[in-house]
Amino acid sequence: MNPESYVADHVRGLPRSGIRDFFAIVSEMPQAISLGIGEPDFVTPWKIREASIFALEKGKTSYTDNRGLLSLRKEISRYVSSFFGPEYDPSSEILVTVGVSEAIDVALRSILNPGDKVLYHEPCYVSYAPSVTLAFGEAIPVATSPDNSFALDPDAFEKAWEPGCKVLMLNFPTNPTGGTADLEKLQRLAKFAVEKDLIVISDEIYAELTYEGEHVSLASLPGMQERTLLLHGFSKAFAMTGFRVGFACGPDWLIDAMMKIHQYCMMCAPILSQEAAIEALAHGSDAVAKMKEQYFQRRNFVIRRFNEMGLTCHLPRGSFYAFPSVEETGLNEVDFCHRLLREKEVAVVPGTAFGPHGKNHVRASFSTSYEKLVEATDRIELFVEILASENQNREVG
Amino acid sequence: MSSLIPLLLETADPRPERLAKILGKDKAEVERELEELRQDKTILGWMPILNPEKTDAENVRAVIEVKISPEREGGFDRMALRISKFEEVESCYLMSGGYDLLVFVSGKTLKSVALFISERLATIEGVLSTATHFLLRPYKEQSHLLVQEGTIEEKPPVSA
Repeated sequence: MNPESYVADHVRGLPRSGIRDFFAIVSEMPQAISLGIGEPDFVTPWKIREASIFALEKGKTSYTDNRGLLSLRKEISRYVSSFFGPEYDPSSEILVTVGVSEAIDVALRSILNPGDKVLYHEPCYVSYAPSVTLAFGEAIPVATSPDNSFALDPDAFEKAWEPGCKVLMLNFPTNPTGGTADLEKLQRLAKFAVEKDLIVISDEIYAELTYEGEHVSLASLPGMQERTLLLHGFSKAFAMTGFRVGFACGPDWLIDAMMKIHQYCMMCAPILSQEAAIEALAHGSDAVAKMKEQYFQRRNFVIRRFNEMGLTCHLPRGSFYAFPSVEETGLNEVDFCHRLLREKEVAVVPGTAFGPHGKNHVRASFSTSYEKLVEATDRIELFVEILASENQNREVG
Repeated sequence: MSSLIPLLLETADPRPERLAKILGKDKAEVERELEELRQDKTILGWMPILNPEKTDAENVRAVIEVKISPEREGGFDRMALRISKFEEVESCYLMSGGYDLLVFVSGKTLKSVALFISERLATIEGVLSTATHFLLRPYKEQSHLLVQEGTIEEKPPVSA
């Protein structure tokens, strides 16, 4: 028996996540300070947790409507309308999913025929290209650049377009770069999407964590709601990663198609998480604002420190990640991360874990306490000084 | 409001060099700001927040609802200040509702607290009545929960 032959070809061909490899090493060093965590360091606000406990006490342990609790979909409709702009009908245009990750998977499987092409920007969240592959599509990466803070670049999308492109996949603010999309660029991208008749999957999970200017949703632009699937969730701004609950808002024909897959493979999101999500949307905005203010202050500190020590770092306008360049140190991103972990016991993630265009960069989350951030940046500074002196000795030698 | 205050509240670390580093300011500038905050009594002092269950000191705390009669030209202020000046009094607040002052008192023994209330507080002219409640067990002190939470050993050290 050849076990390998029983694994589907397209799954066997999927690369392992770079995060996974690094995780294995960091796990063996529990004393290390980790700036590698892609989730808030805050515990979910108590009133949200309490709502879930209350639902459990009331015996709410059943399945829900496949689309999600109607009361949650109504709250989502209200929240999306006030925060993002567009209006969605809770009965036909909203699907509650198990996190945004499920929504991405189900959306791609709903839209793509084998060989259909998906344009997406890179560096990006680790699941985008694999999700396209698993839906038998072809992922076409479009690089964002440190020269413009990894912001949306409509020209790059236009250049990368080729016949067979069906979907445009976006994530602004971006994990891992903190890049954002301003109104003018979104308008140009919207025009391009209409011209090329593309469906847009817009993952706006970090929308509330936008520090400069207002977040603009592509779905709010004229003519875009009918061809945009807006994805959002509770993991980041509401610090609810473990609840695994997100949602998709889009035209009814697409939500219907996604529902078909969702009902067979997932049934519904956990009811206790849905109950918590209702509370989050109804009464969580103060807690979100408090957490955002702390991320904002920590961001300013971390970015200043990286630049002071010679690791060039743009100002991430959203999310809770810094994405400094390590090129000046003479090490590539993987060696930098491995040596930093071994020699100074600080974990940051190689940029290439988020695609080849993350070359020469590392991702450092500032979603951690000042105490750890101050200590970690001090250690990174020492490490950078050691590398500089090694480089100097090499030149002299 | 000074940018130092939210940071002091979050980090509880008043070292000027640490504050300067986080805020990207000169140490001297931070020292000057701290001094200004002390001078204008924005910062009243520093005190560690202790977990009463972990300290050896046997301390008894009580909260007392005090009814007083307001005075023609001073309202409640003179009486409230007079009560606040006792070293047994930790905090004192003017309240709305069924009583006038809420007074937090501490002492080494139940007897000493009881004596303070019956002999010093209740006997002040203008104090109409007191209702004393002894604190039995703390669950939260100054925003700090006294039970550990949020540490999940299974939380991955690196994630996407």
